[in-house]
Amino acid sequence: MNDMTPTREEREARLEGMGCKRKRVEDVRFTQGKGNYVDDVKLPGMLHGDFVRSPHAHARVKSINTEKALKVPGVLAVLTAETLKTVNLAWMPTLAGDVQMVLADGKVLFQNQEVAFVVATDRYAADDGINAVEVEYEALPPLIDPFKAMDADAPVLREDIKDKKDGAHGPRKHHNHIFEWTVGDKDLTDAAFNKADVKIKELISYQRVHPSPLETCQCVCSFDKITGELTIYGTFQAPHVIRTVVALIAKLPEQKIHVISPDIGGGFGNKVGAYPGYICAAVATIVTGKPVKWVEDRMENLTTTSFARDYHMTAEIAATKDGKVTGLRVHVLADHGAFDACADPSKWPAGFFNIVTGSYDFPVSHLAVDGVYTNKAPGGVAYRCSFRVTEAAYCIERAMDILAQKLGMDPAELRLKNFIRPEQFPYHSALGWEYDSGDYHTAMKKAMETTRYSELRQEQAAKRAAFKRGETREIMGIGVSFFTEIVGAGPSKNCDILGIAMFDSCEIRMHPTGAGVARMGSKSQGQGHETTWAQIIATEIGIPADNIKVEEGNTDTAPYGLGTYGSRSTPVAGAAIAMAARKIRAKAQMIAAYKLEVHEDDLEWDIDGFRVKGLPEKFLGMKDICWIAYNTPPPGMEPGLEAVSYYDPPNMTYPFGAYICVMDIDVDTGVYKVRRFYALDDCGTRINPMIIEGQVHGGLTEAFAIAMGQEIHYDKEGNVLGGSFMDFFLPTAYETPHWETDFTVTPSPHHPIGAKGVGESPNVGGVPAFSNAVNDAFSFLGATHIQMPHDHWRNWKAARDLGVIKGAGAAA
Amino acid sequence: MAKTHVTMKVNGAEVEGLVEPRTLLVHFIRENLQMTGTHIGCDTTHCGACTVDLNGMSVKSCTMFAVQAAGADITTIEGMANPDGTLSALQEGFRMMHGLQCGFCTPGMILRAHRLLKENANPTEEEIRFGIAGNLCRCTGYQNIVKAIQYAAAKINGVEFQEAAE
Ligand code: FES
Ligand code: FES
Repeated sequence: MNDMTPTREEREARLEGMGCKRKRVEDVRFTQGKGNYVDDVKLPGMLHGDFVRSPHAHARVKSINTEKALKVPGVLAVLTAETLKTVNLAWMPTLAGDVQMVLADGKVLFQNQEVAFVVATDRYAADDGINAVEVEYEALPPLIDPFKAMDADAPVLREDIKDKKDGAHGPRKHHNHIFEWTVGDKDLTDAAFNKADVKIKELISYQRVHPSPLETCQCVCSFDKITGELTIYGTFQAPHVIRTVVALIAKLPEQKIHVISPDIGGGFGNKVGAYPGYICAAVATIVTGKPVKWVEDRMENLTTTSFARDYHMTAEIAATKDGKVTGLRVHVLADHGAFDACADPSKWPAGFFNIVTGSYDFPVSHLAVDGVYTNKAPGGVAYRCSFRVTEAAYCIERAMDILAQKLGMDPAELRLKNFIRPEQFPYHSALGWEYDSGDYHTAMKKAMETTRYSELRQEQAAKRAAFKRGETREIMGIGVSFFTEIVGAGPSKNCDILGIAMFDSCEIRMHPTGAGVARMGSKSQGQGHETTWAQIIATEIGIPADNIKVEEGNTDTAPYGLGTYGSRSTPVAGAAIAMAARKIRAKAQMIAAYKLEVHEDDLEWDIDGFRVKGLPEKFLGMKDICWIAYNTPPPGMEPGLEAVSYYDPPNMTYPFGAYICVMDIDVDTGVYKVRRFYALDDCGTRINPMIIEGQVHGGLTEAFAIAMGQEIHYDKEGNVLGGSFMDFFLPTAYETPHWETDFTVTPSPHHPIGAKGVGESPNVGGVPAFSNAVNDAFSFLGATHIQMPHDHWRNWKAARDLGVIKGAGAAA
Repeated sequence: MAKTHVTMKVNGAEVEGLVEPRTLLVHFIRENLQMTGTHIGCDTTHCGACTVDLNGMSVKSCTMFAVQAAGADITTIEGMANPDGTLSALQEGFRMMHGLQCGFCTPGMILRAHRLLKENANPTEEEIRFGIAGNLCRCTGYQNIVKAIQYAAAKINGVEFQEAAE
């Protein structure tokens, strides 16, 4: 061996494969302002569309007069529901099996609902046009409180379906009822409660929030009248699904629709659904024959295109007196707004909320969810979570703390006592899931040791005593959260979107020089797929990640995929990559066997090529094999080296983690300080630790925002009060805590590379950790459950309600 | 609407254009000059995605009319690379420290950090966090942005970057 021969370590390092903190490919363009986002797309002759919106939450539209608007300089067209009816598009189907008005058809059902679409030569002229459209409304009584939605005298919101007895998910109980979804064994659960030593019951609400990525929803639609082809650039997390939806509702042949998702400025669930802006821009380009751009402003984004959560969960736990849980009963009142536009897999009206048994071995459980209409914006998207998993995790993690308080047990101790044990995996939950793998005790104990949990509790006890003696006005909370996620939707046996199974796909083409391209059905919105997907391929086929170009988001070139949301890309698309790469490697092995003149079985894989077993000098590298595949393939073998894989996962994956938050709150001002936040995540095999850490930081920051301040609030007239970044809490660098990250690795047994997905875990586990910290701080003063968000004012109010504020403040 | 002729210096080059009095600077930059690196995240002065450097100050370009910027000297993200085309210290810092994900806030962040380091060549973590509080990021949780700016400060100051211990 001469000195120039690279060592095994050097060969490994050169690949930058799985496990490597590879620097991101995307950053070279993003740091230079060379990203290509939708609003950067500028086509010749392009027009701008913008909406006239309703000031009312509930009103009849008596007339719309567009005459003056059409005289405004630059305005070319104004679309209304009447225009859309001529092409049968006044209403559109939602992902949840409901229908939604594209433009107000006789009525408006939420404030800022789309009423008319003005098309003009630029965005300023469109705005002038909006101001000139005259709409006459007759106000109707609004329905804002979901708890009143099913009252006998509640106003009828959806006149289009008021007599419909059956919805997309079974019978409807009331004109404002959407569905009831039940899971589990009611009788067995009732029996467990009847003989329980200890029971808790609490209404735990998860307020309405919004994903608000920094880039809003937007599109550019361009119709070619000659060829009949429609090209749509859009902020789509699932471009292929959008193509199919457009084909179905616009009745255009699917091969003539080209959907392109360029760079996307964050998604977090906001960019999964189809919105009226897309439909109107598509109709407008067909009507005018010119490209039409639609770009939401921030107010429109926060108040119309999708909200998240708005779940009101009544949780009950039955337990023995020494703290073993024996039953879980949950009822959810789900506020879906004016149309059921939840972005869940089609058969799951409440997503995967039945993961609500969490990380605990509940022998029996029963869950019922009622969805109702209110005069609020439609949505119900998975804001950085896998379809209502965040709501479920918050529900069970809060409920476990409430049980611990009732039992006088330490919350971490209660969790350790009730965890599913390692030997129980694969574990069948009482609500129907099969958890793939986990080692909860190890993770929890590591978290407790690292944070010196028992010392924290001692410190807290001392502080509480000092508070009671009147020596301090600060209280200390320790929030423990242990979550189990369910991601990677999903197996075709139970997951589809509008009938399309939720597989994902990858096509790899190797070029003669040992470079290649991978085209994907997934679509990054900042997750760094161009970097990480190449790492999987590098490890699987021994070609440096730098030599693999990853392409996403063009439906003409990419294989069909269901897109990126719900932490599904690593579990599903990541598996498709590994499977496609293995097909490449299998063909490469045949080529190597022929060239090295041995039987295939006599070869072994060695980092970046094949070696003859027992003859280490007989080696053929992948780079050379690529050339041979195009130059002198074995006789009878087709030339070329490419493969495609469509991966239908056999099961979901179940990432988990242990989070601990330490917080101090000043009771007189409600001002909190997050002293420490520790997050241990187990996402199975780790592809790029740097990117995982970044995902965890980002998700925790979103969790912090939700738990400590975010809310899309409506007043009783239905005016939305959280419509700008002034009112809607997005933490700045200054108030965001410092994050400590840690991990354990429990691979998924059914995933080709053992990866589970991580992007959403920190949001799922983070929210209960913060909320439990606040509640834990107040618990010794008599609080059981304080509703989120825990902003300064609410903390102060909690202190006041608990009677610990004396003097002038107490009366306020 | 009647248009006004404006000239200004952007990234060292004299530029001109016809704008309505109401045209926002950010639209002039993005649409007239076709420099799309400056982004719009809110158009209400909250997010900082549109931050540019104007006459030696960080300015949210959605909060200024193009006519108000007449005669100004402006730097946008397109002018941030080194003269030889390589990544500048800040750009490199963002990449090395994983200070970006979707990249939408990044141009504004880098421009703000650029001015911050001119104002304070050696800021503490707290000073950085306070100094970039006008720029929102939805993806990163800021921790790595802070590190990216510390990396750049070290590089500009010619000292070795010591990554803060976790
Ligand atoms: S776009 Fe200017 S501050 Fe948000
Ligand atoms: S990287 Fe996405 S907003 Fe900052």
